[in-house]
Amino acid sequence: MPRRNDIASILIIGSGPIVIGQAAEFDYSGTQACRALREEGYRVVLVNSNPATIMTDPEVADATYVEPLTVETLTEILRREHPDAILPTLGGQTALNLAVELHDAGILDEMDIELLGASIDSIRKAEDRHLFREAMDRIGLRVPESRIIHNISEVWQVTEQLGFPLIVRPSFTLGGKGGAVVQDPSQFQRAVSDGLDASPVKSVLVERSVAGWKEFELEVMRDLADNVVIVCSIENVDPMGVHTGDSITVAPAQTLSDRQYQTLRSASLRIIREIGVQTGGSNIQFAVDPESDDFYVIEMNPRVSRSSALASKATGFPIAKIAAKLAVGYALDEIPNDITRATPASFEPALDYVVTKIPRFTFEKFPGTPARLTTTMHSVGEVMAIGRTFTESLLKAMASLEVDPQDIVPSLEEPSPYRIFAVFDALRDGMDIPEIYDRTRIDPFFIASVAKIVAAEGALSGALDAEALREAKKLGLSDETLAVAAGTSTKVVRGVREALGVVPTYKSVDTCAGEFPARTPYYYSTYEVEDEVERGDGPSVVVLGSGPNRIGQGVEFDYACVHASYALKESGYDAVMVNSNPETVSTDYDTSTRLYFEPLSAEHVLEVIRREKPEGVILQFGGQSPLKLARELEAAGATILGTSPDAIDLAEDRARFGRLLTELEIPHPRFGTASTPEEAREVAQELGYPAVVRPSYVLGGRRMEIVYSDDDLNLYLSSSADASPDHPTLIDEFMEDYVEVDVDAVSDGEDVYIGGIMEHVEEAGVHSGDSSCVTPPITLHRALLERIEGYTRRLALAVGVIGLMNVQYVVRGDSVMVIECNPRASRTVPFISKATGVPLAKVATRVLVGEKLRDMDLESSVSGHFSVKAPVFPFDRFAEADPLLGPEMRSTGEAMGIDRTFGGAFAKALTAAGQTLPISGRVYISVANRDKRAVVLIARAFADLGFEVAASEGTAEVLKNNGLPVTVVPKIGERSEDVLTLIEGGGVDLIVNTPWGRGARTDGYLIRRKALTHGVPCITTLAGAAAAIQGIESKIRGGMQRVNPLQSLHATKA
Amino acid sequence: MEYGSAGRSRATVVLEDGTTFEGWSFAGGEAGEAAGEVVFTTSMVGYQETLTDPSYRGQILVFTYPLIGNYGVIPGDEESRKVQAAAVLVREYTPYYSNWASQRSLAELLDETGVLGIEGLDTRALTRHLRDKGAMRGVISTVDHDATSLRDKANAHPEMIGLDLASAGSELTEPLLLPAFGEEVCRVAALDYGVKGSIYKELRGRGTSVLTMPGSTGASEILEENPDGVFLSNGPGDPAALDKAVDNLRPLLGEVPVFGICLGHQILGLALGCETYKMPFGHHGANHPVRNFATNRIEITSQNHGFAVRDETLPDGVELTHRNLYDGTVEGISATELRAWSVQYHPESSPGPRDSGYLFDGFVQSISHKTPA
Ligand SMILES: Nc1ncnc2c1ncn2[C@@H]1O[C@H](COP(=O)(O)OP(=O)(O)O)[C@@H](O)[C@H]1O
Ligand SMILES: Nc1ncnc2c1ncn2[C@@H]1O[C@H](COP(=O)(O)OP(=O)(O)O)[C@@H](O)[C@H]1O
Ligand SMILES: [Mg+2]
Ligand SMILES: [Mg+2]
Repeated sequence: MPRRNDIASILIIGSGPIVIGQAAEFDYSGTQACRALREEGYRVVLVNSNPATIMTDPEVADATYVEPLTVETLTEILRREHPDAILPTLGGQTALNLAVELHDAGILDEMDIELLGASIDSIRKAEDRHLFREAMDRIGLRVPESRIIHNISEVWQVTEQLGFPLIVRPSFTLGGKGGAVVQDPSQFQRAVSDGLDASPVKSVLVERSVAGWKEFELEVMRDLADNVVIVCSIENVDPMGVHTGDSITVAPAQTLSDRQYQTLRSASLRIIREIGVQTGGSNIQFAVDPESDDFYVIEMNPRVSRSSALASKATGFPIAKIAAKLAVGYALDEIPNDITRATPASFEPALDYVVTKIPRFTFEKFPGTPARLTTTMHSVGEVMAIGRTFTESLLKAMASLEVDPQDIVPSLEEPSPYRIFAVFDALRDGMDIPEIYDRTRIDPFFIASVAKIVAAEGALSGALDAEALREAKKLGLSDETLAVAAGTSTKVVRGVREALGVVPTYKSVDTCAGEFPARTPYYYSTYEVEDEVERGDGPSVVVLGSGPNRIGQGVEFDYACVHASYALKESGYDAVMVNSNPETVSTDYDTSTRLYFEPLSAEHVLEVIRREKPEGVILQFGGQSPLKLARELEAAGATILGTSPDAIDLAEDRARFGRLLTELEIPHPRFGTASTPEEAREVAQELGYPAVVRPSYVLGGRRMEIVYSDDDLNLYLSSSADASPDHPTLIDEFMEDYVEVDVDAVSDGEDVYIGGIMEHVEEAGVHSGDSSCVTPPITLHRALLERIEGYTRRLALAVGVIGLMNVQYVVRGDSVMVIECNPRASRTVPFISKATGVPLAKVATRVLVGEKLRDMDLESSVSGHFSVKAPVFPFDRFAEADPLLGPEMRSTGEAMGIDRTFGGAFAKALTAAGQTLPISGRVYISVANRDKRAVVLIARAFADLGFEVAASEGTAEVLKNNGLPVTVVPKIGERSEDVLTLIEGGGVDLIVNTPWGRGARTDGYLIRRKALTHGVPCITTLAGAAAAIQGIESKIRGGMQRVNPLQSLHATKA
Repeated sequence: MEYGSAGRSRATVVLEDGTTFEGWSFAGGEAGEAAGEVVFTTSMVGYQETLTDPSYRGQILVFTYPLIGNYGVIPGDEESRKVQAAAVLVREYTPYYSNWASQRSLAELLDETGVLGIEGLDTRALTRHLRDKGAMRGVISTVDHDATSLRDKANAHPEMIGLDLASAGSELTEPLLLPAFGEEVCRVAALDYGVKGSIYKELRGRGTSVLTMPGSTGASEILEENPDGVFLSNGPGDPAALDKAVDNLRPLLGEVPVFGICLGHQILGLALGCETYKMPFGHHGANHPVRNFATNRIEITSQNHGFAVRDETLPDGVELTHRNLYDGTVEGISATELRAWSVQYHPESSPGPRDSGYLFDGFVQSISHKTPA
């Protein structure tokens, strides 16, 4: 079946902001899809509200709409673009759900737009747990016994019928949201009501638990000719009960015999046919009894998924790209396998290596939520590693994680991010494999492999001969482990290895286990005989990626790295990417000239450098991870392009940086450092309260707090890991009620290009990553902006920045102060690039390879529109967390809104971030005393916009005194009818609540949680409220209806 | 848990062109030395089925998947009574196996038949070498580590071309009746050149009673049994060396429906007047796409052959029914007039995907006197 010629243009729906369960992998798949379809000559229209993506680069699609992913906006876009079809299977659950909504709203029929990939019916069959059950019955496959609940009252009889433990799984949700394993009626009650809240269709599936069974996933592909192939099998190391997204997983399956594997394979073929996914990739999950051949079907995702991304990276089979081509009519055998070029895509990849994925978590940022792994996904990112053996890939994956588990004592029984370390410890303590199996239900094969590692560690004697050294490296032991065992340094170990010629070889990922020559430069290190790298003799530059996504270091950095690769290739270099994150575009095998899928550890990076002999290494795009390696790489003789390690240190070491600012006469908040609690108190006394306290060298404001009194400070100190001379505590004067400003700039050592100035909506004290911001600034006087630009230039030159840098300022009245300078790409680089049309990361890269800014004509097009960035938070997955903004970053991603007015852009950004502002109804206001004065104007504005104003007693009184009509809402618990019940009853459309009082479970806390679970937008700062008012105004005036593709926004560039 | 070089003896692998690899023996140690044609299989699972597949007789088997032993040895998953390959080369062997159904380790199985198992070598490098240079003879030794002497031994070993391994392929001395599972719908005479057990399971599972006879059995003997159909099994070696088997087959054509698999397919081809030839490194794996022209569907197939029927030599009356989408080689033929069909690949899979069971259905239906209950 050839390419379809009856369609000319296709709309692709992206997945929106990064959230837990739906992350960078959809940038990877969406980008592939856009490229594939354009290759085929279709006009591609893309909608995605997430600026931090490659897919939203203007070059990737013909028309790129950075607009909210809602039925309204999509309809607007459809009316404007009139595409012939929509491809909804590459934008995760978001795109799939939107497709269904568009259909239900009758728009697809009305405009006669076809759905490619999956039909509405097949989407329903797969996503609706009940229909799925029925489908499985029809083809004689078993699913765990279950009941559908639409109403909390049905709970009891279900308990009767199924007994405990039970699994609660909402329909149509993502990443197991709202799901839980429940042991008793009370847990059951809560889980069901949460589940009903979480499910867009208000139904949950209650299922008999098979926790402890083995969990497998198969990635399936089907074409219109009904050819079906399995791209990859994935085995979960953590058994059923831990969400696949949170499990350590291994590809291919390790503990199934051929007979057992083929049974699952055949079942998968029947499932995809029965569900009727016409073309593309699907993901099917199975639970397999460890004691028999029994198995259950758990679910099917009729779309490209997180696991598809993993499978693509694990096999070299580009699922998203192929899915896109299948969607427009090609059959699998009509599409060539990129890697062999000689063979078609209608085959099943054969691996000759083992792949391990380990998720990355951030529980520490959400105190109150235990770090326990359940059926609800909590991980924010993942690492993947490739090795010739499971032990090697496991150890490489652990080396990629960048966490040190030292200070936790994990349990074996309870699944947690650290359980794998507990398995290591148990074996070290001599516990035997069967006992560990009984406690963890982790398949003994995996435990035995860890035992092999532990035994090897034990066998390491002081001096290692080449033989033993090679064996140790083959097993995957790091230089660090060897150094510790030998009581020496990694430097020495590395030296010895080189001397003895024990260095890694690089093998390629080729989809065919060597049966055919590979044309793709996708490599991993292992200790073997033959090396396959085809280096050529062109000059190369190594770009270090950013490793696993985590809060504070997300896809924004991958975006910058990808641009670095593009720019390097354009400038005639071989771009060499090193990264360990399977969810990204940077680890796509055709992004760079050569891809090394390796941990971002000094050892692995240095080996790549040895192999590549590059002109230099670029550290400044990958966030803090590569930056951490600067000194060690330099010491080992690597050439670092751009800002020197010493300059980096100058900017990051508070004392040195402080002195520099004083020299430059650039104002900054007074600060001090303390190595002991006593010192801390003295410093604070001297600076005065409030003050900002934090450990030195942190990213994303980790453990950063604002303290208002000695008590606060003592509380902080007692709760924080003891400050010590090498880990001092930093204390800054807190600049209260200051506006925060972010600047991204590029310097070549002579000139400095100001990429953009962003004015934060929330005042300083809210982490820059968590506050909304607008560019160009809206309330800063030109003179101030010029001063900010001037400071930025002086800083760049004085620090010695070559390449990108980000400076954060606080501003009030006429005073401008610097709070920090990051000599690297920042989170806002993609946002600014999209807002101005100037690709900052590319510009910086060209500077790094010697070009001068003055030789590039860089003019940004900011006139005529405002761009707003709004963050999204994972609070809904962290049961106890207080959804408040503070100096510690907790957002997982961001959305962008663009419009002619600030209000319109802000409204769009909030809508895109899932905080849709109402245009009428009731606003509930309850603010801290310090805000009571300022809140009056805000309340009046709401009233003028036609809102009914309701307030808590204190706030209401103030409003009344100012002549505002206001309904008083009783305090919590005071009467049966309190604010909580009001929210539950849908009686509140918007909440303005600024926090007061410390400690858990204050009324404010309860209100904010309620708002969260019931999806009522809740604004926690007055600045935010003021902006919201502008947003609402512009919505009323129709601001949301204006949709505009980037291409026309920056027409000057195009 | 054994680790590193502990308790293993060093093994040296030398190919006829002198290429050398070093590894460690993990089984069959006392065998000391083994020679044979070195071939690689890309199946990621199914080492037990593969090693016991008689078609591998006389060959040194390289697993491109780096790990074997992980799920042990499972009763019922063997394709014949013993390990058939001459030796096994793998990147890593794990003595610790985990699978509820398995009862012993792979090393025990290898030791039982004294087949050398070697681990720790760069099997990917070896595979790429064979891919580029073609399958070649090799010698493995745990006693002799001298490269030149081993190379000489490799070259002294008989070439696969012209080698008849099939005549002696069967463990049978006289015919043996294997009754259908359930109600019998037909009887076939099966010529055993080194058959894989699961082929008979597939037939019997479809109500076929299988009278299995040594591959050398003559036409008249077969016709005496007046079977509903004749089945030609898979087996090792060069089909071109099997003149006798081919002669035996000719008189049957037209007399009785014939279905062949793998070597059986090549023998049928020869009997129909086609030529066969040796492939560079053959097809060994479980992921090859094959197009079935009847349905135009693509099947993912289980493959194990080093020889093939030459496309250009198909005479009139013989049609190409299946083609390999990797290299275009012949995967299936049909002489409809004569009611004779065959496929080069393995519809019984074991190991491999089960996309091709319809071939057994088709054969059985076309010869059965009752439709299966
Ligand atoms: N019946 C069950 N018993 C035990 N665990 C289960 C059961 N059903 C699902 N799970 C666990 O919950 C996880 C999430 O369930 P799944 O249906 O895959 O939801 P999602 O759509 O979020 O992926 C699975 O990965 C599995 O580990
Ligand atoms: N002296 C200060 N006064 C007011 N707010 C501050 C001060 N220092 C930091 N902050 C707030 O804390 C946030 C995080 O601090 P920052 O130095 O940027 O740490 P990070 O390295 O995590 O970005 C800033 O975005 C700002 O809102
Ligand atoms: Mg799932
Ligand atoms: Mg900052």
